[in-house]
Amino acid sequence: MKTTIKFICNDRVISTNIHPAVSLLDFIRKQEHLTGTKEGCREGDCGACTVLLGELKGNEVIYKNVNSCLLPIGDVAGKHVVTIEGLNSDVLSPIQESFISETATQCGFCTPGFIVSLTSFVLNTNHFTFDSAVESIAGNICRCTGHISIKRAVSKMLTFIDPVFNGNRIEDLINKNFLPKYFLEIPVKLKGLSSETYEGKAVNSPEFVISGGTDLFVQKWEELIKTEVSFIPPSGDKEKIRVSGNFVIIKANTTITEFKESEIINKHFPALNEKLKLFGSLPIRNRATLGGNIINASPIGDMVNILLALDTKMYFIKDNGVRELPLNKFYLAYKTLDKQKDEILDEISIPIPAEDCLFNYEKVSKRTYLDIASVNSSILLAVHNGIINKINISAGGIAPVPKLLAQTGEFLLFKKISTDNVSEAIKIAMQEINPISDARGSADYKKLLLKQLIIAHFVTLFPDFVSIEELV
Amino acid sequence: MKNYDLVRHVKGESKFVDDILTPEGCLHAYVLYSQIAHGNIKSVNINTALQMEGVEGIFIAKDIPGENQIGGIIQDEELLASCKVDFIGQPIAIVVAKTVALAKEASKKIIVDIEELTPVIDPRVAFEKGELIMPPRVFSLGDVEANWDKCALIVEGTVESGGQEHLYLETQGAFACPVEGGGVKIVSSTQSPTTVQKTAAKVLGLKMHLIEVDVLRLGGGFGGKEDQASQWAAMAAMAALKLNKPVKLILPRQDDLRMTGKRHPYSSDYKIGLNKEGKIINYEVTFYQNAGASADLSPAILDRTLFHCTNSYFVPNVKATACSCKTNLPPNTAFRGFGGPQGMFVIEAAIYKAAEKLGIDPCLIQEKNLLAEGDEFSYGQKAEQCMAKASWESAISKFNFPHLKKEIDEFNVASKIVKKGIALMPICFGISFTTTFLNQASALVHVYSDGSVGVSTGAIEMGQGVNMKIRQVVASVFSIKIDRIKNETTNTTRNANTSATAASSGADLNGKAAQLACNNILNRLKDAAAKYLSLANSDQIEIKDEVIYYENKPTRLLWNELISSAYMQRVSLSSHAYYAPPGIYFDKDKAKGKPFAYHVYGTAIIQVAVDCLKGVYEIESVKIVHDFGKSINKAIDRSQTEGAVMQGIGWMTMEELKYNENGRLLTDALSTYKVPDIYFAPKEFEVEFLDNPNDSLAVFNSKAIGEPPFMYGIGAYFAIMNAMKSYKPEKHFEIISPMTPERLLLSLYN
Ligand SMILES: Cc1cc2nc3c(=O)[nH]c(=O)nc-3n(C[C@H](O)[C@H](O)[C@H](O)COP(=O)(O)OP(=O)(O)OC[C@H]3O[C@@H](n4cnc5c(N)ncnc54)[C@H](O)[C@@H]3O)c2cc1C
Ligand code: FES
Ligand code: FES
Repeated sequence: MKTTIKFICNDRVISTNIHPAVSLLDFIRKQEHLTGTKEGCREGDCGACTVLLGELKGNEVIYKNVNSCLLPIGDVAGKHVVTIEGLNSDVLSPIQESFISETATQCGFCTPGFIVSLTSFVLNTNHFTFDSAVESIAGNICRCTGHISIKRAVSKMLTFIDPVFNGNRIEDLINKNFLPKYFLEIPVKLKGLSSETYEGKAVNSPEFVISGGTDLFVQKWEELIKTEVSFIPPSGDKEKIRVSGNFVIIKANTTITEFKESEIINKHFPALNEKLKLFGSLPIRNRATLGGNIINASPIGDMVNILLALDTKMYFIKDNGVRELPLNKFYLAYKTLDKQKDEILDEISIPIPAEDCLFNYEKVSKRTYLDIASVNSSILLAVHNGIINKINISAGGIAPVPKLLAQTGEFLLFKKISTDNVSEAIKIAMQEINPISDARGSADYKKLLLKQLIIAHFVTLFPDFVSIEELV
Repeated sequence: MKNYDLVRHVKGESKFVDDILTPEGCLHAYVLYSQIAHGNIKSVNINTALQMEGVEGIFIAKDIPGENQIGGIIQDEELLASCKVDFIGQPIAIVVAKTVALAKEASKKIIVDIEELTPVIDPRVAFEKGELIMPPRVFSLGDVEANWDKCALIVEGTVESGGQEHLYLETQGAFACPVEGGGVKIVSSTQSPTTVQKTAAKVLGLKMHLIEVDVLRLGGGFGGKEDQASQWAAMAAMAALKLNKPVKLILPRQDDLRMTGKRHPYSSDYKIGLNKEGKIINYEVTFYQNAGASADLSPAILDRTLFHCTNSYFVPNVKATACSCKTNLPPNTAFRGFGGPQGMFVIEAAIYKAAEKLGIDPCLIQEKNLLAEGDEFSYGQKAEQCMAKASWESAISKFNFPHLKKEIDEFNVASKIVKKGIALMPICFGISFTTTFLNQASALVHVYSDGSVGVSTGAIEMGQGVNMKIRQVVASVFSIKIDRIKNETTNTTRNANTSATAASSGADLNGKAAQLACNNILNRLKDAAAKYLSLANSDQIEIKDEVIYYENKPTRLLWNELISSAYMQRVSLSSHAYYAPPGIYFDKDKAKGKPFAYHVYGTAIIQVAVDCLKGVYEIESVKIVHDFGKSINKAIDRSQTEGAVMQGIGWMTMEELKYNENGRLLTDALSTYKVPDIYFAPKEFEVEFLDNPNDSLAVFNSKAIGEPPFMYGIGAYFAIMNAMKSYKPEKHFEIISPMTPERLLLSLYN
């Protein structure tokens, strides 16, 4: 077992024997004194700690922006970490130039994070539009500028980009001063490292299994470094989403980004791509996994909410055995699961909805983006001749567990889509839930909001069959 | 030449306290704080914690060598709680260990026994119980009592405004290192190095000259590091001196959120009277300020609420009373606007409610009552060079307000669920510390023999661009290239007895001082040039673009040569200068005077769209005409304006501090306390610079910019109200901020 963690940080190979659950943020700031990367919150909510994480895929290195405060160093082994220092060269990059010319930085504390995120944008995107550039920095919070000048800087930066690349994007970006020259040598260097890949310690019954770490590092980062951990890293270039018969099978360590961008998912669930912009931020989605979302069991998990409506089944493995369980049977009570400690979620499967199935997802939070839902809800239904012949409605934030509104669904099954029926269904839904008051809203608000979201489902899917004025 | 601060920022090279390389052996401090909002401390047992490996020291109240007192205006706040606790987050012990993790771990082993008492969270309850920070303050003008009869319409009501977390991205922190002679050098993230120095001196029982405070820059301050940076610095200094080792103390985000004070929540009662023409005749208002557990800057903030309680309007009869109420929350503190926003929000609410009664658009009342030249404020000062109407009219015409309004009305007729709203928000904000003596600043300028220049002032760079502005002042007085000039850190050994960089006055005061210092040197340089060029009359000497001119003609003498010649002639190339703006005063007892050097005016138009099904909203556009005076740096001033407005909108909309009945902050993380993000930024944001032909008292006739635009954000609240009103015209909504999606939805349907 190789227990030394080796990776490339900017243009240097680094090897360390530090505890694998130490956050990359602490490592680069405290051990390497790369202080351009800042700590603003330690919970993935500010983006001041953003770095690039580059992973070898074939002969190419694919870079993503990630929150280094939530990134275990054990998961960096064999990869390329780029901090703001690693983007500097003798000349300023067009991104840096744009921030200066538009005064898009005031105190400067957030700025490195923005520069790094936008660099990941120019490295990755196929849509050189303002909107997708903004999406790349939606996980970066600036308290000084109100983001107005930052938006101007983004527009300015886009004028420096010729979206047609000559094949090798990295070379092009180097020629245009977006990247320093050493980026060219990274693929070869990383290949060199791969023979020495860190394998972690063999841990029999680890206290913690870390996947994307976006929940664990918020909730338990201090405990993680005191005990044994093992990884189900979200990385790796194996195919994670496949179709088998009438099912889409998805590996538990699939990230939200991979899910959102997957051709298979976009083919069978076209609504999700846009809606999943409401999940965290791009750097969070780049790390957060489906498995983590399910196991974390937050009553307001977004992926869980969607998967519940989609009749998802789970496959656990333990000692070579496989156990199947429908997702809607999984949550027993608040954060209490039908799962043994050492069971690992391997895959989930979602039946491919029939052609006539309709889907909608709603989420309301205090801030529309990068916020946890006050209430969320998904609906999947099939209608024949105006009659509902299949329906699942899920709701989050209104009970101790993510919930399928079984009685509401039952009531609507085989009924007509009509204002009266929706109105009656809402009454039933109100009986099925028992929200509590907390930081995300009072119980009264959550009740009212669920009602509004159910209306929103029907108004969105059947604008001609229900009257919004009568429902509200 | 680029603004080098910005170049360093984009390269990640700017250093903040937590970034400086610490000397070997540096220890880390963690602060243990009360988990109980109100109670008596029975005992604090540190024994087990002290035994833990890596722990080097634990200090509690009794270990403080000097006075256990950090109160500024009123001496009512302990550094470490000795016998009672008054809020959750109140420091009890400082744990010092080899790493932060060890220190925190050890803090969990400290046993604090507290006898719990009932906490008070609500300022009105505190008022009823007589729990006041100081006696109520009253500002009055004319005679309110005598004039109610003359009012055709009288409207009364209450208004609640929520607090606001500063959320400077860099949390509070300090680094302290013992130095010879029993002193200590502190690097602090503070807006007020002198306050840190004084506080540390008092706590340590040392003379001020034994304490050197140095400030590189802040990762945001917004008022949160004006008074409340001192305790962390004092703790680090105390630990450093006790252990004779360097000590760093950086607050983790969650602790910062729980332990530090915020913008004051206010609860207010108003009564407004208008005549038939819509002129405001009478305005009576009582403010209940939620001060938290101790005074901090609350008294001064309370005053500014009163100063700005009539915003940009002339009201002939005013009676404004303000009560600073003591509650069991962390001591609330300065925040951009300094009580002004809370005052202005209430009169805007009063106008809104009066308009609602009359069934007219509030902007008709706003417009009718705008200040005119010579109008008197309730504190006796007269509006001079008044730009209230000019900015209003300019906004109306530049942005074609009637057309915007018409578009919205048409949209709202066609759209059933999404409703749009628009509101105008004029502002008038007085510039100067209202505590008159604080209006002073000093600068130290060195011209080095190679022609480069170093400038030190009391100003703190926290993103507002004061360093760049001061470089511009120096470059302009000497007429040299700006890249010759460097800002030194702000340091108490170079500039002593400085005022906080606050009240938007940083560039005004320190820029002036720098200008004076440069002028001193310039005069000496002219003499030196005359000597060098063998000219009789130094009056005719000028420097233009680094060339020395005589009688408007260039000479062969250039800046570098002039400097080395002056040095060889034994001319001092350094100057220390002092500036105090003339003509301002305020009689606290009479509540009359001329507290402000000048006022800043402007008008904003804010447009929103509200989804009345889901209760969510979007800020569509912000359009502003603002009086910048003669801006020294338009890019900086524009960026300041934008940032301030968005912070103001945040305060009015999504930024919500929720406490439970035990006084515990529920929104104590960035996952629950939400500030505007990039998607919340409006699609359209226009800032017009109002033509202002007048001279101001500030440096180069510029005007202060830090705070005033914050209050444009209030317009967002009323724009949302207007949209809600168009969805439910029959409803009368309560005026409670912030207007979160939750409040909005519940207001519409409950
Ligand atoms: C800033 C921020 C924003 C967020 N926004 C959202 C949001 O909008 N919506 C939302 O739903 N969530 C959000 N989250 C929560 C989080 O990102 C998700 O829950 C995510 O899906 C968790 O996945 P992970 O891989 O990072 O989990 P981890 O933190 O790695 O793990 C979470 C838990 O699952 C267990 N686990 C993970 N994988 C497996 C497996 N295969 N088998 C067994 N156990 C496993 C872990 O042991 C751990 O107990 C946010 C988090 C942050 C920090
Ligand atoms: S420190 Fe805020 S996101 Fe990592
Ligand atoms: S510039 Fe200060 S937080 Fe962005």
